[in-house]
Amino acid sequence: MFQEVIIALSEGFLKTLQIFFITLVGALPLGLIIAFGSMSRFRPIRSVMRAIVWVIRGTPLMLQLIAIFYGPGMLLGYNIWGTGNFGRNAAVAVAFIINYACYFSEIYRGGIESIPRGQYEAGQVLGMTRPQIFFKVVLAQVVKRIVPPMSNEIITLVKDTALARIILVYEVIWAGQTFIKKAGVIWPLFFTAIYYLLFNGLLTILFWYIEKKLDYYRG
Amino acid sequence: MALLDIKNIHKSFGGTEVLRGIGFSMEKGDVVAIIGSSGSGKTTLLRCINFLETPDSGSISIDGGEIFNAEKSYTDAEIRKNRLNFGMVFQSFNLFPQYTALKNVMLAQQLSISRGLPRSEKEKELERIRERSLSLLNAVGLEDRAGAYPCELSGGQQQRVAIARALAMNPAILCFDEPTSALDPELTREVLRVIKELKTKGMTMIVVTHEMEFARNVADRVIFMSDGVIEEDGAPEAVFGSPISPKTRAFLSRPEL
Repeated sequence: MFQEVIIALSEGFLKTLQIFFITLVGALPLGLIIAFGSMSRFRPIRSVMRAIVWVIRGTPLMLQLIAIFYGPGMLLGYNIWGTGNFGRNAAVAVAFIINYACYFSEIYRGGIESIPRGQYEAGQVLGMTRPQIFFKVVLAQVVKRIVPPMSNEIITLVKDTALARIILVYEVIWAGQTFIKKAGVIWPLFFTAIYYLLFNGLLTILFWYIEKKLDYYRG
Repeated sequence: MALLDIKNIHKSFGGTEVLRGIGFSMEKGDVVAIIGSSGSGKTTLLRCINFLETPDSGSISIDGGEIFNAEKSYTDAEIRKNRLNFGMVFQSFNLFPQYTALKNVMLAQQLSISRGLPRSEKEKELERIRERSLSLLNAVGLEDRAGAYPCELSGGQQQRVAIARALAMNPAILCFDEPTSALDPELTREVLRVIKELKTKGMTMIVVTHEMEFARNVADRVIFMSDGVIEEDGAPEAVFGSPISPKTRAFLSRPEL
């Protein structure tokens, strides 16, 4: 029985990890684009970006998953996600990436805006271009400042992946739940916590290491 | 011909006119001290000269060639090229915290290596920049701190690195915006000593300062600014000894001096 549970939960947790990594790969860069958009000097872009961030952060991720998976079918009368598992996974990826990109964008924006103007001016008077100032002077300082809030958000993401089962994606919580019906036991559901704890422990160590790495300077 | 010629600079922020027609010129090797109370427009003038602010009207020429005229518009590349005539040292140093003292001095030079260069040439160029940066740190007395990060340096040391960094781009004129206002008296002395040494090497400098002793002893010329205009402009002995303007007299007779 125990072995059976472990196999089922591990399979579910692989899906959890897949959602987690795909979301990061998509949302980390997309968040930066949204951050730049929401700081744009061109007002319409700024307004649109800030409105998007407001809607995405202002509504539950669960609702967004449902809207993205079922919405196109209801609006267009045709299900763009198809009927297979691939479509469900793609819908999960899209919903999670957009949602997390919006949260990341605000962390990026806070980090970028916290860099003193003197840093930009010092670069300017040395004849650097805008991209040079951003990539060679500002970015490393932003990264150092946003590691703690980003680690918070990324650890939240690990647990948010459980929401994917609302559109029938078989992740670890669902894997645990099946044993209630199938075998009349609830402990496999609680046992999923071990998976989350171990993985988040790993992430915590990783972020601690990154913070240590960046600790060689202040400011 | 004057090295720097500034004509009729005006600058407003919102409804407040901070500079109301500033004009002066200076020769190569001149050290000009700009004094005046807070809000008189000294810093804004320096920022206009360094293109950190764009004047509303007026012009700036170097060696007779106009590099700025408020009537014309300039591309980012032109502004970048023109501002390299000037170096700028800030009140708050503004060193890049993630880089060592040496890397702070090297960075802008490194970025100006052209991309097209073959790798071996690039490495030679990098080595040359390194040598040069070390000798600049040497000139400000910090060769032994080349590997230190700004947070490991005292304020005076940080400001000296900032001076070396500004010199690295070979400016014709080095500008200082209250370079010692954030420093205690002892650290102030070490920074002023470096500025004095630059003067003996013939560096052309504009120093906005509250250090009256320094203005009196080191500058060739003192400009007193008040309410966005140049109220008095002359040799230190004249400005401090027998000021003409009543405003200058009032400023110089403040009890805290």
